[in-house]
Amino acid sequence: MADDNYDDIPGTWIFDAQRARAGYHLNQFLYTLMKEENRKAFLADERAYLAGFKLTEAQREAVLKREWNRLLELGAVVYALAKLAFTDGRSYQYMASQMTGVSENEYVEMMLRGGRSPDGWRSKSERERH
Amino acid sequence: MARIVAGVGTSHTPAIGAAVDNGKAGQPYWQPLFKGYEPAKEWLAKTRPDVLIIVYNDHVNAFDFKMIPTFALGCAEEFPIADEGWGPRPVPVVKGYPELAGHLVQSLVLDEFDMTIVNEMPVDHGLTVPLTLLCGSPPHWPCRVIPLAVNVVQYPAPTGRRCYHLGQAIRRAVESWQEDLKVVVFGTGGMSHQIQGPRAGLTNPAFDKAFLDDLSRDPERLTRIAPLEYMREAGAEAIELVMWLLMRGALGPKVAEVYRFYHVPASSTAVGNIILECR
Repeated sequence: MADDNYDDIPGTWIFDAQRARAGYHLNQFLYTLMKEENRKAFLADERAYLAGFKLTEAQREAVLKREWNRLLELGAVVYALAKLAFTDGRSYQYMASQMTGVSENEYVEMMLRGGRSPDGWRSKSERERH
Repeated sequence: MARIVAGVGTSHTPAIGAAVDNGKAGQPYWQPLFKGYEPAKEWLAKTRPDVLIIVYNDHVNAFDFKMIPTFALGCAEEFPIADEGWGPRPVPVVKGYPELAGHLVQSLVLDEFDMTIVNEMPVDHGLTVPLTLLCGSPPHWPCRVIPLAVNVVQYPAPTGRRCYHLGQAIRRAVESWQEDLKVVVFGTGGMSHQIQGPRAGLTNPAFDKAFLDDLSRDPERLTRIAPLEYMREAGAEAIELVMWLLMRGALGPKVAEVYRFYHVPASSTAVGNIILECR
């Protein structure tokens, strides 16, 4: 059996079977945002739109507050989550910047400098030492 | 007989498609990237394949969470362009090759690769961005396309070794098709990148360079990279590189690298492009 301890990767929520199960309705909600009429309906009354999906209270609050990392933790897959950012008229890089706790400009600048080095980010223990 | 003559590895970052669609390709941010793809574009125009087999992944556009096929082969006449949340990309519809795709399914299943058969499927940036990068913006795509969608969205993706073996089986399948066709295989996605969580923005040029080197020198070494190693070393979404190994498996034992380009960044991605000709 291969080494499978992906929970040891810091700053990352791997979308595995258990997370997919917990996030099923959340992701199916996000999937509906592919359609323009749904994007409009959601933005017109977010709470009413969300009432049509079997989300947990925590998931509902995280959607309303756009708590991106919390949504990953609660089972959203990032590709589906991107549709929420696009619905808000935001870029993917904006969403990534929010997840990393910097401004969009700072995030773009970091990428232009070559991105984030894996040094210090390979494992939770390496992160603590760094 | 049909034959696979070459493989192309390329990233499929959605922002690249958006840059072209919004007329930003000439901007300083994007210009070096598009310049780097010019030789690959010229190579494809000169090679004139009849069919492209494009190995890519859907990003929750064709497939929602009701069904997540690990390997899905597109057998339709044509594939519409997906609306991923900001309207469909303004690119031509993708024409399939149902006769050859049907033959591939039959051959692969009997060869013990249990493919999912897809007869209706919109295609997203995973497939259309490589077409844009390699073919530009023509009124019609220059050849027919067989999409091969690989699940890399829900963990675990198939292993690199499994993908490599599937590529080998695709080579056998193509060679048992009677028509004289020139086929090129695209392996897409990657290279190092992570687009989620506090670790987003991770890149690893050393990992990527070794990967590009060993596609021709030692592909067997690449098939032993474990899923966790891709994620640790090159970012959670670098697991997409298993799709390059599927392409590599389809090229036979000996290849010659004829072009390589590497660039950071496109949005959150380290972009790689390689052309390998079968020898």
